[in-house]
Amino acid sequence: MPTSLTNRFKDGLWRENPGLVQLLGLCPLLAVTGTFVNGLGLGVATMMVLMASNALVSATRRWIQPEIRIPIYVLIIASLVTCIELIFKAWFPALDRTLGIFIPLIVTNCAIVARAEIFASRNTVASSILDGLVMGTGFACLLMAIGAFRELLGQGSIFSRMDLLLGGEPVLGIILTDGGWLLMVLPPGAFFSLALAIAAKNAIDRRRREKRGTLSRRPRLLNR
Amino acid sequence: MNNHPILKSGFTLAIIAAVCTGLVAFTWQLTNAHIAANQQAWLERSLQPALSGLVFDNNVTESMITLQPPHGLPGSEAATIYRVYAGDRPVAALFLVTARDGYTGPIRVLVGIDVNGSVTGVRVVEHRETPGLGDRIEANRSDWVLQFDGHSLHDPEPGGWAIKRDGGQFDQLTGASVTPRAVIKAIRETLQYFEANADTIFATRADADVQERD
Ligand SMILES: Cc1cc2nc3c(=O)[nH]c(=O)nc-3n(C[C@H](O)[C@H](O)[C@H](O)COP(=O)(O)O)c2cc1C
Repeated sequence: MPTSLTNRFKDGLWRENPGLVQLLGLCPLLAVTGTFVNGLGLGVATMMVLMASNALVSATRRWIQPEIRIPIYVLIIASLVTCIELIFKAWFPALDRTLGIFIPLIVTNCAIVARAEIFASRNTVASSILDGLVMGTGFACLLMAIGAFRELLGQGSIFSRMDLLLGGEPVLGIILTDGGWLLMVLPPGAFFSLALAIAAKNAIDRRRREKRGTLSRRPRLLNR
Repeated sequence: MNNHPILKSGFTLAIIAAVCTGLVAFTWQLTNAHIAANQQAWLERSLQPALSGLVFDNNVTESMITLQPPHGLPGSEAATIYRVYAGDRPVAALFLVTARDGYTGPIRVLVGIDVNGSVTGVRVVEHRETPGLGDRIEANRSDWVLQFDGHSLHDPEPGGWAIKRDGGQFDQLTGASVTPRAVIKAIRETLQYFEANADTIFATRADADVQERD
């Protein structure tokens, strides 16, 4: 495990991004990313659950027998998601109505069990909370990026309905064109966007590797 | 205990379950009042568009009656009516009904009708129509739903309660005719129900007051 903070963030955001690299939590990722604000709302909710579940799993790891750890993770995650749902209903009621069933469905986001199993069950509480923060940020960033991309192409707008999070009158956001490419708002658009995001990440990684590769190889080539 | 790993596991599970339940109960305590207030505020806010311009003095959200199907209103689930009064005089009735034949599913529509049978306001409360096509029935996406204000069952005549391409009087939405058809049909059926049942809808107010005074 990398120890420095920037390394941890690089892992969560890029190298081990739960959505992009580990391909975890695809159900919410594909389902709610129609707009930026939906992606942001669900991303933040998932991050809060992830941090809290990592903290609880890590705090109780000494008392949990290995053979019952999975039911315990499920118990902890389900309770936390219920709490988050109540909190959203109390303080972000409008967003709760648009995200609807997807907040309770955070339970099924395997990224959360995966982090409990891979990380929190073996590390200190503080380190586990940090892990929840970086992995949650990585997931939320991906949700927001795909949400923004689909909203831009599908509706021709960006940041529409930010009032769901911030309160106040309905806002239409920045409207660039009237209407857009309907397909991007529909479920296939979610698959296309995710595929493009993964392809872009792989392309960038390869280019970087090649650059590093040619740099280190160049002296040898010159020698020949 | 060490000889009984199952007992030990069961014990751990029970403790964790109790702690988790406590956590949920605590959060519920914390949010409960907020959630109830939000729901009430949301209801009041969603009824507001159909109340504008009316003079009334009763608490509309408390004057609710719920009708179980079959009730003769659009929709196969329970329908809700909010009655609006000024003193003992009926002012209007707000209907929460369901248009069944939306493109992607049922559409919940709020229809306000004043005592003279004119539409005071229509709002789509809940729907799953396609973004960019059917969702223009939302008041904050286009002003399509505003065109019904002031119309009644006989203005236009029932044949006119349709989109223009079907020979009616109301605007359609480009590329999405299914959704407007469903909403207009629900409004028309609600108006018909109101015309036939206005007396019974408003009659119970007196009873409710008598009960309160007892
Ligand atoms: C993916 C998809 C989604 C659609 N969503 C809606 C919708 O929400 N509401 C609607 O009225 N029509 C919707 N339509 C269009 C209907 O199929 C139908 O073509 C249209 O309502 C007919 O309208 P028009 O006669 O004005 O062209 C959708 C079509 C497609 C392909």
